[in-house]
Amino acid sequence: MTTPAIPNETDDPEQREFLRRVRPPNWTNPTPKRPYDLVVLGGGPAGLAAAEAAARTGLQVALIERNLLGGNSLNVGSVPSKAIIRSGRVIEVVRRDSEKFGARTEVGSTADMSRVMTRMRRIRARIGEFHSIDRLVAQGIDIFFCTARFVGRQAILAGDARLSFDKAIVATGARPKTCDIPGLDQVGFLTSSTIFDIVGMPTRLAIIGGGPLGCELAQAFCRLGSQVTILQNDPKFLSHEERDAAELLSLSLSRDGVETRLNTTVVGARTENGEKIVDTVNNGVKCSFSVDEIMLSVGRVPNVEELNLSAAEIEFDPDRGVHVDDFLRTTNTLVYAAGDVCMSHKFTNVAEATGRMAALNAFGARRRRQSHLLIPRCTYCDPEIAHIGMHVWEARQRSIPVKSFTIMMQDVDRAITDGQDDGFVKIHIRDGTDEILGATIVAARASEMINEMSVLMSAGIGMRKLASILHTYPAQSDAIRLAAAAYMRDQGASTW
Amino acid sequence: MAGLTTLSDDALLDRLQRGAFAYFEDYTSAGNGLVADTSRPGSPCSIAVVGFALSCYPVAVHRGWLSRDVAAARTLKALRFFSNSEQTEEADATGFKGFYYHFLDMHTGRRVWQCELSLIDTALLVAGIVTAGCYFDGDGNEPHIRALSESLYRRIDWSWALNGGKTLAQGWKPGCGFLHYGWEGYNEATILYILGVASPTFPLPSESFAGWTFTYQWENLLGQNLLYSGPLFTHLFSHAWIDFRSIRDQFMREKNADYFENTKKAVAVQRDYCARNPHGFEAYDRNLWGITAGDGPNNQDMRKKSRDRRFYGYMSRGVPYGPDDGTIAPWAMLASLPFNPDAALQGIRYLLEQYPQVCSNDRLSSGFNPSLVEDGRAWLSTGWYGLDQGLLVMMIENHRTGFLWDITRGSDIFRTGLRRAGFEGGWL
Repeated sequence: MTTPAIPNETDDPEQREFLRRVRPPNWTNPTPKRPYDLVVLGGGPAGLAAAEAAARTGLQVALIERNLLGGNSLNVGSVPSKAIIRSGRVIEVVRRDSEKFGARTEVGSTADMSRVMTRMRRIRARIGEFHSIDRLVAQGIDIFFCTARFVGRQAILAGDARLSFDKAIVATGARPKTCDIPGLDQVGFLTSSTIFDIVGMPTRLAIIGGGPLGCELAQAFCRLGSQVTILQNDPKFLSHEERDAAELLSLSLSRDGVETRLNTTVVGARTENGEKIVDTVNNGVKCSFSVDEIMLSVGRVPNVEELNLSAAEIEFDPDRGVHVDDFLRTTNTLVYAAGDVCMSHKFTNVAEATGRMAALNAFGARRRRQSHLLIPRCTYCDPEIAHIGMHVWEARQRSIPVKSFTIMMQDVDRAITDGQDDGFVKIHIRDGTDEILGATIVAARASEMINEMSVLMSAGIGMRKLASILHTYPAQSDAIRLAAAAYMRDQGASTW
Repeated sequence: MAGLTTLSDDALLDRLQRGAFAYFEDYTSAGNGLVADTSRPGSPCSIAVVGFALSCYPVAVHRGWLSRDVAAARTLKALRFFSNSEQTEEADATGFKGFYYHFLDMHTGRRVWQCELSLIDTALLVAGIVTAGCYFDGDGNEPHIRALSESLYRRIDWSWALNGGKTLAQGWKPGCGFLHYGWEGYNEATILYILGVASPTFPLPSESFAGWTFTYQWENLLGQNLLYSGPLFTHLFSHAWIDFRSIRDQFMREKNADYFENTKKAVAVQRDYCARNPHGFEAYDRNLWGITAGDGPNNQDMRKKSRDRRFYGYMSRGVPYGPDDGTIAPWAMLASLPFNPDAALQGIRYLLEQYPQVCSNDRLSSGFNPSLVEDGRAWLSTGWYGLDQGLLVMMIENHRTGFLWDITRGSDIFRTGLRRAGFEGGWL
């Protein structure tokens, strides 16, 4: 299993502070209490949420983390990528749009990669405080920095210490998947876990796999000055997204200068005259080209192998992770799982929610079902693509009559004044009613706007009520109300 | 062409329909009946254009532009070519499993450009072959046309093209296999499924059409309720052959609509979008629209001129989601004639008055971009594209007399296909 190296010494003050918070260099594991009410394996978003929820109710909790607190999200995922994406956006505006907005800027503005990375590390350190060791210890949680393996139905070996427990939660997360491309190991490659450690900007970057993270980083690195090529097996760009959303983003990436090669299989990688060469096949046509770095972004696999799960009678699958029921309980009824290690939706919000849910289900009287989670998600390209609830095709497959109300951002006043009028809001309703089934939003800030949909859907608010809810004017999120106003017009009804 | 706009509607349509048909007289290979994709030197044949040509010969007879014998001889020549051409897995064959490669050498009829074995283009070709088989119901050469039309249709292995799935792949390449591009949502493929499910030999299962319609989105967009698809041609191609007025499949029954009415809505969206003109393109207007697949200025990056604009080459443009680079297809408004005659005629008159250069030899060009002006001239596609001309001949005729719709309404293949796909009501 590949894990990022834990740097012990660093000259970088941000990095030093960050490590002090998430993995103190001179940490000594506590002496185990016995038995613990709850042992949590993994200190990412799911594990932290579970441990804190349990500790708040006065339970004795131990948390075992092999690497850094905060998990992928903080260290090598959502947080660092969003920091870099933000830099990319700013540079793009300065370089491409400054004249449009009436700003006088230097011609040929470029990114200073070391400052971009320093900013990213400073942000990571700051956000790391929320999950810092000090806070967890103050809540009475015993923290063990070491590996963990089950040694029985109710026992875990944390490093050399044996911890027994009443209940346990497996929240060990997932890691970037690798694939068997001949020569790739020898040539060397980056993953989403290691790309944030790079020092210089790669002039030419090939990204294998065109999933959400691959697209986000492709666009960000392109804007920061790399020449980026996405190589994707799949014939469809962002195939899990709606056609119109994926096409819009595909155009946006191409406008930025990202080259996307679909239907393209990488069949080999090699070094020739000191250059990295990628060999591809597209529709039977071979092609080779040289790059400076290769990043693999072909999905994530759950961290299950080293936990000795069978000793605790916990069933798992190397690809799908720990088997859980709707209450997040594993095949060992005393052990629950949460987050990327068991969920197909590998998002931080899902990890946190299921972490809390697993703790509540393990100890609480009222049990919650993971299938009831309403999950908003977002791909943070520019424009962002966010979705919640049902897709049209899912509704149609379930024979639910569905109709979509679409507002183009080009018709939303605030999007026009902001110069951010690419995209749309589509609200899918059960045809014949005003019930909202789902929504897809493509907009500069779709990640924010989708949360309004999340609230509406959770509260059971339909289009009729939505049409009468005042929004600030002008606001990009007013597009959501405009969709409801279109619904009312379609019904031949007045909004009020 | 200054005189065009002074003509009456009928005379104007006469001129433009005749001009469009003349493309097939000018750009057909005398030896094998194949028709060039474009008027440009060295253009290969596009099989879809041959399908349009085969459908236009009956119109030419009907209009008195060709004698029935000459039209039959031309038709027979093309059918004989396809019948005798190589149908193997070889990389330079003409086709395989009854399907054909998208582009063929004009003289040898063999595959060029390493192009794909194209399902949709084969369907457009076969629509023409079936139309010819129905129309030529007389003696002389005509029994041969009917026999070849039937055998060419019967040998297509539609079920093979499912590749074990529920819906069709988009194409196939030798040594590479099936190609899947995002064939999702409504588009021009209706005719492909209709012809596929009707086959007496290797039919698509009837459910395959429903499998495709599962990916449809019924949308309220710019004030219209419609089955969305961005490029205008996707709302036109199948309609060139099939009269969708008042017949409905399950999807349209559920929505209390039909595909003909849907294209009317698509025209309304095009007009509304161009009236709003969100990107501020030159010339867009409620009377100047037609954003669809067609030729374009190519990847000329205009950022240097401080306009954040990028232009595309030949591509499928659409509204309102884009891509839209200010290029309109001058033929597209007129091709919408059956759906909104007033809008089409107002549009074409306005276009010809404002920009007479889009029409030469009474033929409308494939693409025009008044936002891209160099040396005082707006960008204009060179020459003509066969698809555009064929569609114009057919749509003008359908508007005037419903002639092609009458032919296919009498076709067992079209009727069977529509019924198996779940269409009912109206003339069916």
